[in-house]
Amino acid sequence: MGRGLLLAEHDNMALNEATLRSVTAALQIGDVDILVAGDNCADVASAASQIRGVGKVLLAQGEVFEHQLAESVADLILELAEPYETIVAPATTSGKNILPRVAALLDVAQISEIVEIVSKDTFIRPVYAGNALQKLRSNETKKVITIRYSSFDMAETGSGVPVENVDSSVANSKSAFISEAKSQSDQVDLVSARVIVSGGRAFGSKEKFDELLRPLAARLNAAIGASRAAVDAGFSPNDTQVGQTGKVVAPDLYIAIGISGAIQHLAGMKESKVIVAINSDEDAPIHANADYVLIADLFDAVPELTAKL
Amino acid sequence: MKILVPIKRVIDFNVNIRVRDDGTGVETDNVKMSMNPFDEIAVEEALKLREAGVAEEVVVVSVGVEKAQDVLRTSLAMGADRAILVKTSDDVEPLNVAKILKAIVGQEHPQLVLLGKQAIDNDANQVAQMLSALLNWGQATFASDIDISGTKVRVSREVDAGLQTIEVNLPAVISVDLRLNTPRYATLPNVMKAKRKPLDIKTPEDFAVDVSLRHTILETLPPAARKGGVVVANVDELVDKLKNQAGVI
Repeated sequence: MGRGLLLAEHDNMALNEATLRSVTAALQIGDVDILVAGDNCADVASAASQIRGVGKVLLAQGEVFEHQLAESVADLILELAEPYETIVAPATTSGKNILPRVAALLDVAQISEIVEIVSKDTFIRPVYAGNALQKLRSNETKKVITIRYSSFDMAETGSGVPVENVDSSVANSKSAFISEAKSQSDQVDLVSARVIVSGGRAFGSKEKFDELLRPLAARLNAAIGASRAAVDAGFSPNDTQVGQTGKVVAPDLYIAIGISGAIQHLAGMKESKVIVAINSDEDAPIHANADYVLIADLFDAVPELTAKL
Repeated sequence: MKILVPIKRVIDFNVNIRVRDDGTGVETDNVKMSMNPFDEIAVEEALKLREAGVAEEVVVVSVGVEKAQDVLRTSLAMGADRAILVKTSDDVEPLNVAKILKAIVGQEHPQLVLLGKQAIDNDANQVAQMLSALLNWGQATFASDIDISGTKVRVSREVDAGLQTIEVNLPAVISVDLRLNTPRYATLPNVMKAKRKPLDIKTPEDFAVDVSLRHTILETLPPAARKGGVVVANVDELVDKLKNQAGVI
């Protein structure tokens, strides 16, 4: 089997679970080495080396990789790409930013956001916001692939493979990091949450959105999500948006409250294991995608649910 | 400075997508087609930059079928100065679109290429990054704010963790996200005026780009349908089902 190089998703401190899910996918294509690119991120490499099934971990550290700018990391991957048959990354915003750059420089047509591996060269990926699935065969000898990681289980940990330091000559004179504004840092991360409670425009105001959803989220140790309408109305920050144009999530439990279920939103959450819809509208499209539907006024139902959990 | 805005003609975002029964793709007969909504935002941003005096000319380009002229005319009606259609009979993969755009950049010499972060048909999210790589330019993807001063651009990017701000040297490729702006509508007089604006028609051969496909699409399938939901009578029943039937809490 061919070897694959998987780019790890991390913030220099911790390995993101998108990486563990992507390892599961990559192992179905072939052997996997992991690349950790960052700065002062030896802990991340050591976490990656614990993932079962991985061959080895390559660790590239330096200021030029600290914020994983696309130009720097793409050039690094190019330096390392030669022995690898596949180059893989989770389809996070970082993976999506970097990998097409790698593909173009290798003169390879990239396969974006696969959800299933049919064989070594045949994959399934969603198109039209998940309203259709495309089964495609890649005719490239080297493959560049991003993974819709929410479709795969997390790889197990506990083995321990070698970490090799990588020297690179990468320099980046094209772009520079200025700042990062993380919102919701005090709350559960949306993408890795087991439970998500998500609110729509029906909350009517930011005050009600926070007043009703936060206690429920706290009770369930859940992350808070939102529909695009709720984000556009200013009830919730941009990075809480679930949907085709926001985050794609697949928690064990997704509770959609006051969300009608536009195609755009469904594309971001319909892979959730159990979906609950709480809505006063009996005909809301989300009901066709929900496992449990409660027709109720959310202003009564949400506090009651919080109290009874 | 000149801005190049690549745009794509796609099935309108309001259309319910139907997969053809024979698995050959999605139904496109008698289906409304429009400009990719993300590209519309790119056109709007380019026009704003021209109106602010940062840019002098906005050139739109589309790689697509003859009918893609419609979306080029739409952007001319919004206010773009000129259009180029690179006419193809079939779908062109993002890598080859990027190669064609690279050749156009070589002729037009824009300082900035602005385009949508992805097209809502194939959801590939590749062209901007690929073009930037082929040109050996800097890139800023998923932009929700763009601030140009001199030879540098400050871009706020929508990333998983929140917002990231980076600075990119010009020339650069920037892909835009949904919240950058709200595109204007073309007024009727401008639609009429747009008919007289220049629209050049080229082919991939003019740029010596081989557009043969690297991927073979074997089948297009409808997504697995979820079973319709159980309607519960009240909160107590919901809590009971989640605990005892679904076992998720």
